[in-house]
Amino acid sequence: MPVAASAVYFLNLRGDVLINRLYRDDVGGNMVDAFRMHIMQTKELGTCPVRQIGGCSFFYMRISNVYIVIVVSTNANVACAFKFVVEAVALFKSYFGGSFDEDAIRNNFVLIYELLDEIMDFGYPQNLSPEILKLYITQEGVRSPFSSKQPLDKPVPNATLQVTGAVGWRREGLVYKKNEVFLDIVESVNLLMSSKGSVLRCDVTGKVLMKCFLSGMPDLKLGLNDKIGLEKESQLKSRPTKSGKTIELDDVTFHQCVNLTRFNSEKTVSFVPPDGEFELMKYRITEGVNLPFRVLPTIKELGRTRMEVNVKVKSVFGAKMFALGVVIKVPVPKQTAKASFQVTSGRAKYNPSIDSLVWKIKKFPGQTESTMSAEVELISTIAEKKSWTRPPIQMEFQVPMFTASGLRVRFLKVWEKSGYNTVEWVRYITKAGSYEIRC
Amino acid sequence: MSGHDSKYFSTTKKGEIPELKEELNSQYKDKRKDAVKKVIAAMTVGKDVSSLFTDVVNCMQTENLELKKLVYLYLINYAKSQPDLAILAVNTFVKDSQDPNPLIRALAVRTMGCIRVDKITEYLCDPLQRCLKDDDPYVRKTAAICVAKLYDINAELVEDRGFLDALKDLISDNNPMVVANAVAALAEIQESSSRPIFEITSHTLSKLLTALNECTEWGQVFILDALSKYKAADAREAENIVERVTPRLQHANCAVVLSAVKMILQQMELITSTDVVRNLCKKMAPPLVTLLSAEPEIQYVALRNINLIVQKRPTILAHEIKVFFCKYNDPIYVKMEKLEIMIKLASDRNIDQVLLEFKEYATEVDVDFVRKAVRAIGRCAIKLERAAERCISVLLELIKIKVNYVVQEAIIVIKDIFRRYPNTYESIIATLCESLDTLDEPEAKASMIWIIGEYAERIDNADELLESFLESFPEEPPQVQLQLLTATVKLFLKKPTEGPQQMIQVVLNNATVETDNPDLRDRAYIYWRLLSTDPEAAKDVVLAEKPVISDDSNQLDPSLLDELLSNIATLSSVYHKPPEAFVTRVKTTQKTEEEDYPEAGEQSYSDSPARVADSGASPPASSANPQHPASRQPAAPAALPDLLDLGMDNSSSAIVSVDQPASPAGPPLPVVLPASSGQGLQISAQLIRRDGQVFYSMMFENNSQVPLDGFMIQFNKNTFGLAAGGQLQVPQLLPGTSASTLLPMVLFQNISPGPANTLLQVAIKNNQQPVWYFNDKIYFHVLFTEDGRMERSTFLETWKSLPDSNEVSRDFPASVINSVETTLDRLAASNMFFIAKRKHANQEVLYLSAKIPRGIPFLIELTAVIGTPGVKCAIKTPSPEMAPLFFEAVETLLKS
Repeated sequence: MPVAASAVYFLNLRGDVLINRLYRDDVGGNMVDAFRMHIMQTKELGTCPVRQIGGCSFFYMRISNVYIVIVVSTNANVACAFKFVVEAVALFKSYFGGSFDEDAIRNNFVLIYELLDEIMDFGYPQNLSPEILKLYITQEGVRSPFSSKQPLDKPVPNATLQVTGAVGWRREGLVYKKNEVFLDIVESVNLLMSSKGSVLRCDVTGKVLMKCFLSGMPDLKLGLNDKIGLEKESQLKSRPTKSGKTIELDDVTFHQCVNLTRFNSEKTVSFVPPDGEFELMKYRITEGVNLPFRVLPTIKELGRTRMEVNVKVKSVFGAKMFALGVVIKVPVPKQTAKASFQVTSGRAKYNPSIDSLVWKIKKFPGQTESTMSAEVELISTIAEKKSWTRPPIQMEFQVPMFTASGLRVRFLKVWEKSGYNTVEWVRYITKAGSYEIRC
Repeated sequence: MSGHDSKYFSTTKKGEIPELKEELNSQYKDKRKDAVKKVIAAMTVGKDVSSLFTDVVNCMQTENLELKKLVYLYLINYAKSQPDLAILAVNTFVKDSQDPNPLIRALAVRTMGCIRVDKITEYLCDPLQRCLKDDDPYVRKTAAICVAKLYDINAELVEDRGFLDALKDLISDNNPMVVANAVAALAEIQESSSRPIFEITSHTLSKLLTALNECTEWGQVFILDALSKYKAADAREAENIVERVTPRLQHANCAVVLSAVKMILQQMELITSTDVVRNLCKKMAPPLVTLLSAEPEIQYVALRNINLIVQKRPTILAHEIKVFFCKYNDPIYVKMEKLEIMIKLASDRNIDQVLLEFKEYATEVDVDFVRKAVRAIGRCAIKLERAAERCISVLLELIKIKVNYVVQEAIIVIKDIFRRYPNTYESIIATLCESLDTLDEPEAKASMIWIIGEYAERIDNADELLESFLESFPEEPPQVQLQLLTATVKLFLKKPTEGPQQMIQVVLNNATVETDNPDLRDRAYIYWRLLSTDPEAAKDVVLAEKPVISDDSNQLDPSLLDELLSNIATLSSVYHKPPEAFVTRVKTTQKTEEEDYPEAGEQSYSDSPARVADSGASPPASSANPQHPASRQPAAPAALPDLLDLGMDNSSSAIVSVDQPASPAGPPLPVVLPASSGQGLQISAQLIRRDGQVFYSMMFENNSQVPLDGFMIQFNKNTFGLAAGGQLQVPQLLPGTSASTLLPMVLFQNISPGPANTLLQVAIKNNQQPVWYFNDKIYFHVLFTEDGRMERSTFLETWKSLPDSNEVSRDFPASVINSVETTLDRLAASNMFFIAKRKHANQEVLYLSAKIPRGIPFLIELTAVIGTPGVKCAIKTPSPEMAPLFFEAVETLLKS
């Protein structure tokens, strides 16, 4: 049964109810007490997101300082329930202008109740597209650039048709003076490297984010330098593939606006975009990843009170490019007293709250290397402790105009019956996902 | 920018409810709206604002949509508690359901369906009928769900009014969202009905597959879930379906992906072409892997499902083991599930990599995770023969780190490895023995002891090692005691020298005399008997070759696995239990159906606890119980010498003489003379009834320094004239030994005058000590005779014939009857016989009879509410002076 919820609760960290909405009669209104007693106030909290208590099951997620709890008594679709929560939070954020926390909920509780009534009926998720809901759920205090052209207090007459329509994510009759599309390719590199420098796991998860300011009902088509797409294209046009790097995507998932059947048969990404900002697609690549940084740590424990930490970081992307906001966190034992540093660039200090040496470099040019050496003094402990388990070194960075996968946008075509011209902007950026080096 | 609703949560000092009431009836619109918001805020934080019902409902007739919605929300919460007032809202609902604005029409129908009040439901039918045929798809999609709501309240009404047919028509609606909601509603109704209502034909199938391309992501989930129940006619149809579903794997919504995977796996069962199957497996892998980059909670759901999928089709993710490597910051529940899948995917090809990972995890901080990682290494060793040696060397490296819980966990798994590969890796035992002192957990200790016993002949100082454990024998948990017992017996059989012989005496004594654990005692007696009668047989039994184990833990039974796979993405697939194991809701069978299908509902929902799989990680078969070859019987006892020579020469030995009813059974006897007051002699004793006779069951323990002999017993006058019916048969007791005996008793010898009491005064003497006096208690029910059963008619007659003055009753406030049957069984075991029962209001009334010697009957009436403390006992008997004793006995019996 695809039912996702019998009741939804929003609780703050103390367990106070911020919002409660019962969708079905099969769970009692006091089930939230069971959650508080058996999960929130015990060590269970955080050990498993799906729990059975008595005849009911609880699914919960923490988002900033709020727990969202779903209660069911049937064999509900858990995947559906969690995804519903994720999407609902995104919807609320888009209504409140970004933040989702206890204050935002208290300040918008009437709106939240109204939305909850709309996005789920009898436990079945309904349309959750912010774009469409904003057509007819328009509360004061909500400012959205996309609905500003509509009179605020009256619902759009054909809203209901659009909610249920085949293009349930875009409304009709949009007009922009200047038609623009912004494309952002955002890649996160995930790396797990052994202390000996061999790559244990490495992949890139990428997103294509889009911001559309387009009039009417445009049809868009996106071309990337991915292998399958190119092969299919050359097949169709019976023309050999142009030389150049092609990328093999392990997996792609698309926003609901993309025609999946067409993608399956023709390998083209074609869609009618929602207005404004959205995530067009996500992809994953494991082969041929260009790691932007190599990290070479050496950590020596000198007796029981001293440690020597040396970290060398090499940037291996193009010399004309540079990375921003590079942070390297080297974990040290809890009993660290102080540390003295020598760095060739950036600044380093010991941060006791996360038990790490934190080395920050604001701007890191390509094809260079930097080192940090630190001497760490430890408080000697009397108790014979087990040897210190070393958590991995973690790294953060952003490299603009670089994709670790090598993915490029080849074209973005826009068709609209009025035949206007569009301006397209494309940006690339690579960030660190979980970039871990064991030491 | 955001709203400023938080002000509605602040309360004023004045009484809140009257103030709200006033504001709700204000003439100003804005003030009324603010008041309703305050009411909703109060409702949210759990205050009872139901007393404002009328005032809130008065605000319902408004043009302001926001206010209307708030009032409706209030109604949904409180209509049930104020059903009579809820009728006030009906007019507005009906009017709203005909509003020109489709949003309001839908809102009215949606809300009415949520109000489970009969009077409202009656009025819902007409608007619902209209809305199902509304021009606006938004109204129709809302009406479709409303049918399911109504079915939940009143299934008959839905069928009578033809809503089911209207709902089926909506499957052909031109709007995909209407179709999706209609499918969801029908699927739900089908689930709660035992009659076929929503059957997917090949025609609906193709319609729904077309709608799949157009409807919202959630609609796709509804449709895929409903279609997963469809059984394709043949392989070709299955292939066609799969072809149209596979594009869904690319959807960004994890629920769509999982439902698509579910459907593809179902259809794959029918597909015969290996190429197609291989191709599908290839297509499913990437989307499943992508689920692991979602939110941790979704990852968890995905991992639990992947666990099932790899059991069914291991090839799908065979090459993807790396994606299950744990990240340092993964939540613990994700790490645990990843580990489980890594074990499942481990193969000769990737084992080196996997072992490096496990070793890394074994040094992390979270103890549970570290333990699981160590255990994982052991399970890989058991699973992959060629990798076993590498696994063991990793375990030994971990043991050298000397982290206590790592060492203990390693020893537990190494024991399993020894079971899997006997006589292969014993060279590492020396290393294990080094960590002996650090073991403090029962399972680890038991494992180590098992290893020592099993390989006693190869461990030079096995006896010393075991002896070190023996000192604390009485304090050890049962698990360790059992292993210690078995290991000592093995040691003795392998090295029958003096040291082990002494050890075994200590162990057998501890395990038979000083324990209250029946398992331990029984096992000890069996060993003792075996050793004393036929040591060769003992060797055959105890040292028999053990069956080799395999790693089948965490492997689900195939039929359960199939059922769970048909429930992918649902709770069932997360719990790894079939839905009926945790869903308690019963199907709504209707009256008319009950005649046609008398037990349909019950059958399909009957609990089947046998199928509930335990999803927790349990160690592989680890019991070290000796396997008894069934065909081997111990040889005749007389032919062989008594290896132990522990004074078991004749029947006076109380311990193992099977022919006499001498071995004490059941719970330990109460101590009547403690060793402290008996100069080291401790006596435990109790009156029991066996085979129609009263015995005095006694146990003598000699804790003094001298042997004791010449035991004699004497009873003082007592109410029932109980006296010894024979000589006390106690052999000479050497220091540190004990003996039990059953002394037959006779009645009506020296009856003490005066009121009836339960006092039994006993005197014991022996040749070495002064005479010991102690008081014991006569349990009255010991006297109940076996012929106490009465015919119903006799019972009635006797009852009538006795004067009312002979009726006595008493309440036992602390006693509980939880089950009539068990209670009756227990009473019958003590010769209280059941005659009849009846129900009086919610009380059960039981009639029983009992008889004591000389034919004095007791007619008993027990009254109680099942499961609730408080039992009333009334009796009628010719000897009412015995009543207090009788009541005491009944109370004891009800308690035990």
